[in-house]
Amino acid sequence: MTKWLEEHMPKMVLAPSFIAVLIFVYGFIGWTAWVSLTRSRLLPKYEIEGLIQYERLMRSPRWDMAMDNLFVFGALFITVAMALGLLLAILLDQKVRTEGAIRTIYLYPMALSMIVTGTAWKWILNPGLGIEAMVKGWGFESFTFDWVVNPDMAIYTIVIAAIWQSSGFVMALFLAGLRSVDAEIIKAAQVDGIPTWRVYTSIIIPSMAPIFLSAFIVLAHLAIKSFDLVIALTGGGPGYATDLPATYMYAMAFSRGDIGQAASSAMIMMMVVFAIVVPYLYSELRAKND
Amino acid sequence: MTDLAISPARSQRRTGRIALRWLLYTMLGLFALYYLMPLFVMITTSLKSLEEIRTGDLVALPREVTFDAWKTAWSGACTGVQCDGVRPYFWNSVLIAVPAVSISTLLGAMNGYVVAQWRFRGANIIFSLMLFGCFIPFQVVLLPMARILGLMGLAGTIPGLIFTHVIYGIGFTTLFFRNYYVTIPAELVKAAKVDGAGFFRIFWSIFLPLSLPIIVVTVIWQFTQIWNDFLFGVSFSQAGTQPITVALNNIVNSTTGVKEYNVDMAAAIIAALPTLLVYVVAGKYFIRGLTAGSVKG
Repeated sequence: MTKWLEEHMPKMVLAPSFIAVLIFVYGFIGWTAWVSLTRSRLLPKYEIEGLIQYERLMRSPRWDMAMDNLFVFGALFITVAMALGLLLAILLDQKVRTEGAIRTIYLYPMALSMIVTGTAWKWILNPGLGIEAMVKGWGFESFTFDWVVNPDMAIYTIVIAAIWQSSGFVMALFLAGLRSVDAEIIKAAQVDGIPTWRVYTSIIIPSMAPIFLSAFIVLAHLAIKSFDLVIALTGGGPGYATDLPATYMYAMAFSRGDIGQAASSAMIMMMVVFAIVVPYLYSELRAKND
Repeated sequence: MTDLAISPARSQRRTGRIALRWLLYTMLGLFALYYLMPLFVMITTSLKSLEEIRTGDLVALPREVTFDAWKTAWSGACTGVQCDGVRPYFWNSVLIAVPAVSISTLLGAMNGYVVAQWRFRGANIIFSLMLFGCFIPFQVVLLPMARILGLMGLAGTIPGLIFTHVIYGIGFTTLFFRNYYVTIPAELVKAAKVDGAGFFRIFWSIFLPLSLPIIVVTVIWQFTQIWNDFLFGVSFSQAGTQPITVALNNIVNSTTGVKEYNVDMAAAIIAALPTLLVYVVAGKYFIRGLTAGSVKG
């Protein structure tokens, strides 16, 4: 008996967590997928009706807006955060004396809650009292910077705050990558008289391709899940101008009482995440097993 | 002769290099200002009176430092109908984070130990399935979780939030410990088994003593995630059990009365303090968690 117990102990230790994940991750995804195919409104119904919820989603201007916003926000956020992160990493890689302190300063926003970040930027961008008022106070009376309340520009304030929060983290990723490039190759290139910028563009950066991929995955994942920042900074407004899929889903689930729409929008979010993450994880796991 | 010919060029290169260094440090300094500016504005705003905020400059230092806003934020600011400040919600967050972090870290350590060192058939598939669970957008589990918490009688309670955070934290904690334990040679377990040590004995007296760094990384990661969580907090809490992020958002976006920006900023800093403190004290481990957590499987 004890021998049997001893032999099966590892499985028994892992079992509760695994069962929990099966139910609370995969079972729940299944439930959401099922409900997304029904006519559920305030209460879930379980008769499958096909893709009506997805059709409603496609016809909804608000969802359309949310997807457009996700695309604009995601593209800008990912590109700028990666460019800025790379630039900062290269600057910091020049044997800077105060590197530790500077790195700490660049990275601290990552420790903050998105709600805190949103609150801070909401205040800074406040047209009446923030940057706009400050520049006007300097004598530039015609200066306007009202993006946060301007339906056409509000989405860019989300981009600004998100970049502020995450670019330091991208820098840390890239800095680790720069440090892992073989120092011998760089030295050889320098001995050959190749200028530093060429060493970066033709040797160092190309060899960091996997890190670009990781950074992209992390940022894309952050972008799709963005919820708190929008709630704190603009509340999805003005109107629906800064709605993202995550805020749409939340509104349907908890304030509109439209479970069918909530479930179908959540499923689309998951598919977008999986389209990005699954190929990556799959190749990672395979590379590891080989 | 040659010396004379070379030295101007050399000194020119030297000046060039010094100029470049200056440029470099200037750029680094400007970026540092960019990252620090919001924190600076938050702190100075929280120390100003409302009167000064209305008339003064965003980046100006307070003419007269007052801690009234901090007092109000801590124990008097209104979140909807209640006006107790963020204090009760701060403690809610502590009550949620401490057990959730401890339980998920312990489970992660045990799971990681099994997956890395006691490989059985299917262990890899189980691990992959758990890993995929880390990457789902939580929107996809919100609706069923709300129902299950209701069925369990945990809807709107702190134990309900602890439970949720533990369940959706296991994937990451397991990943952290698995990646750490996988570097420990399998011979160690084999030798210990020959000596008659069992599963728990080996964990307790060999693995746990080696685990301090990864425990620190995991605890910091989980604490930051759970303290900063908003989605679960806003979905599964009710008046009285809300975590601080939800309370902060309610204070900032409450539409009743005069907008007290200094109180908003003080409340935001209070909400940020615990994780900032962890970051300042243990930044190295914080970064390690971030890079390990960044899908580097």
